[in-house]
Amino acid sequence: MKSIKINYKYRIGKNIGFQALITVLACGCVVPLIFILVYILKAGITKINWHFLTNLPKPVGESGGGIANALVGSMIIIAIASVIAIPFGILCGIYLSENKKSKLAYWSRLCIDILQGVPSIVIGIVAYFWLVKPLGGFSALSGSVALAIMMLPIIVRSTEETLLLLPDSLREAAFALGMPFHRVILKVIIPCGISGILSGVMLSVARIAGETAPLLFTAFGNPYLSTNILKPMQTLPLLIFNYATSPYNDWHDLAWGASCILLIWVLLLNIFTKLITRKWKVQL
Amino acid sequence: MSSSIDNNLITRPDQNLGRVISSITTPVSKVRSTKRIKRSYRHIRAENVFRRTLVIVALITVVLVLGILLTLVVQSTLSIKASGIGYVWGHVWDPVRDIFGAYPFILGTLLTSFLALFISIPFSFAVGVFLGEYHPKGWMPNLLKNTVELIAAVPSVIYGFWGLAVLVPIVRSFETKIGVDPVGLGIFTSSLILAIMIIPYAASLGRSMIQMVPSNLKEAAYSLGATRWEVIRSVIFPYTRSGLFAGVLLSLGRALGETMAVTMVIGNTSLIPKSIFAPGNTMASVIANEFTEADHPVYLSALIELGLVLFVVTVIINMIGKRLIKGFTN
Amino acid sequence: MESTIVKSVNYNAYFGDNHVVKNVNIEIPRNTTIAVMGPSGCGKTTFLRGINRMHELIPGATAKGQIMLNNEDVMEMHPIFVRLKIGMVFQRPNPFPNLSIYDNVIAGYKLNGIKLPKAEKDKIVEDSLTRVALWKEVKDSLTKKGSFLSGGQQQRLCIARAVAMEPEVLLFDEPTSALDPISTSTVEELFHELKKNYTLIIVTHNMQQAARVSDKTAFFYMGELVEYDNTKQMFTNPTDIRTQNYITGRFS
Ligand SMILES: Nc1ncnc2c1ncn2[C@@H]1O[C@H](COP(=O)(O)OP(=O)(O)OP(=O)(O)O)[C@@H](O)[C@H]1O
Ligand SMILES: [Mg+2]
Repeated sequence: MKSIKINYKYRIGKNIGFQALITVLACGCVVPLIFILVYILKAGITKINWHFLTNLPKPVGESGGGIANALVGSMIIIAIASVIAIPFGILCGIYLSENKKSKLAYWSRLCIDILQGVPSIVIGIVAYFWLVKPLGGFSALSGSVALAIMMLPIIVRSTEETLLLLPDSLREAAFALGMPFHRVILKVIIPCGISGILSGVMLSVARIAGETAPLLFTAFGNPYLSTNILKPMQTLPLLIFNYATSPYNDWHDLAWGASCILLIWVLLLNIFTKLITRKWKVQL
Repeated sequence: MSSSIDNNLITRPDQNLGRVISSITTPVSKVRSTKRIKRSYRHIRAENVFRRTLVIVALITVVLVLGILLTLVVQSTLSIKASGIGYVWGHVWDPVRDIFGAYPFILGTLLTSFLALFISIPFSFAVGVFLGEYHPKGWMPNLLKNTVELIAAVPSVIYGFWGLAVLVPIVRSFETKIGVDPVGLGIFTSSLILAIMIIPYAASLGRSMIQMVPSNLKEAAYSLGATRWEVIRSVIFPYTRSGLFAGVLLSLGRALGETMAVTMVIGNTSLIPKSIFAPGNTMASVIANEFTEADHPVYLSALIELGLVLFVVTVIINMIGKRLIKGFTN
Repeated sequence: MESTIVKSVNYNAYFGDNHVVKNVNIEIPRNTTIAVMGPSGCGKTTFLRGINRMHELIPGATAKGQIMLNNEDVMEMHPIFVRLKIGMVFQRPNPFPNLSIYDNVIAGYKLNGIKLPKAEKDKIVEDSLTRVALWKEVKDSLTKKGSFLSGGQQQRLCIARAVAMEPEVLLFDEPTSALDPISTSTVEELFHELKKNYTLIIVTHNMQQAARVSDKTAFFYMGELVEYDNTKQMFTNPTDIRTQNYITGRFS
């Protein structure tokens, strides 16, 4: 009798101990993130001002300077990547959800899965051979293509999953009114799944906004302001990488400011995604 | 249903009412219907174009991946021919003398990735169990979930920069204390950064797997007097084993391919790391560092062969992971 | 007086290898109301969906034979034309959740890209909603989303949506099975109204409903059309033993 009681206490103790351990470890995950966020914000926020946002970086030895070229470059490169990847990804997602069982859908799905796992540096290599070499030099366009390839799986997957969740009765209602296939998709199916599709799109933008590796041998970076998409272009992550690994304190300051902006921009995108998903959800 | 139908149900008051002639013949609707027909012919053409576009788009995704593989293979043939299979375990990487052995980088990649995995697994499992079993609902767990997801959202250069500025000095003083070469940069530092970065992958998968455990299984164990820990250990873990393993694989896939953060803190040397505190290089970081400096074809090709190896390995790992998940959810 | 509007000739429908509708021949006169009855799984829905070529939307589904609409073979027309002429209402109400009530009614025009003057649209909406006896209930909330209505109202909205396109034939697949008795009787009254202008084909499990609303009844059994006759005749004096068993409830 007594031994059962002791055993019982021991089991209860173990149970509590385990729960405590899990709780501590789980909450412990947050600590480094908070450290990083706080550190970056503290180091970067003081550097950010109007001058910082609207000026070019100064050469070594001069303090001050800004990151205007990287901001403009990031915008341009992300915009072009989006223009390529968003329609393409949504169309592919539509194909996959409309042709669940076809052979092509099977292979396409497999390839999208593969694409999702490909290390970003490898995509950089490939973009180098597909665009940089044929075009005869580093270019923003090649960087955009590399980033578009990275956006693709996220958009395709979220589109497919969103559309699969819509009830068949919706499509049937539309077809029964004599609507042609493309209008059923564009006017009924997509508007009803818009929140899911949009959140995939925003997530994909958030993901590539901070990508550096695929840009190393494509967009390459550029200390000057450039808007020519066939020439090298600076982006925020590239600037951070180049200046953070340089030995100069002035450049480190620029990199901190840029990190801070990049971080805020990415976090805002993530939060926005959550809000939009909720707000635009079509009540089925 | 009653055995016979009541007769008066069938006689209806309007039985003999004359029928109104169809309203389709009114002029307004005639205009409308010709409009409709014209529109429809255009629709049929657009519909076919749309269908064909979808097929082409799906085909392109397949071509894209095949193209990536083909490009890597073609561009690395020079190196494959030059170094053969010895490439994989050649200990020396010396571009000046045209000797390309990838062993130091393969070792560096495996060391950083597995060390990172080793450090991060307890944390991601804890998050998975905490959110999947202990606190599936409520604002606090929700906050934790979103925060852990944010870990994946922070760009890797920022991890690298932070590591360089904060983690490297800490590791350096730690190294001084335990009496190894105080470099700060190296395999160990990279693993720490990687460990943080890959937490969310295994965690979120683990969470959803644990939530999928049927509650009647858990209740059966509870009804036998099991404590929560015992239920977790003897019901939840065995049930979700393959799913949890898949989460670990996905994390591993991330760690293997991660480039920027590692490149910034690993020290970048082509020597074989002597300990986990030594500087080194991973496959990805070598490519990032040397690709634009590769000044002759064999050198470039050797780097691309690294990319090919990385591609094949991550694809295999991810495919196994995805298979496991699919097997689990069915 | 009554010309044939829909006629099926040796119509067969399959799901893969599963032969679901077998050699159905039926002639449906203009402006009559047909009830389609039969035990569960006998292919009523499949046949109905065959008439406006919704059947082939299901992957693996095929059909053989002819469905004539005004002596034109539906199988040779483009499905779009067929569905513009033959409207359909489903078992579960399915208004477009992203559209307002107003837009739901003119969805067939709006989503097909047919531009109409505002006045005409207003008229179509009011006429259609009045026909389905919904106008009074929703005329002040036309901008609300269709999915906020009750089930019975939603179903009437779906009928209004089909009616607004002014098809020649309307197909109903168990239109009241998801509704409560009051909504059901509203929809039934609606049938009496609609049958003045349209040919209605109604699948139903409810014999009283069939008796109340239909002129003719078709009885399906295991994919075959067993009996097709005037409703009164069918219910009082069925010729086929299977029909007799079914309407007297002696079916197992
Ligand atoms: N989507 C489908 N895929 C494969 N087979 C199907 C599908 N829908 C129906 N069937 C098969 O076709 C047969 C006829 O189905 P149908 O829906 O036409 O019956 P029904 O007469 O409408 O039945 P109920 O009264 O239950 O609605 C059934 O035996 C069913 O197994
Ligand atoms: Mg049915």
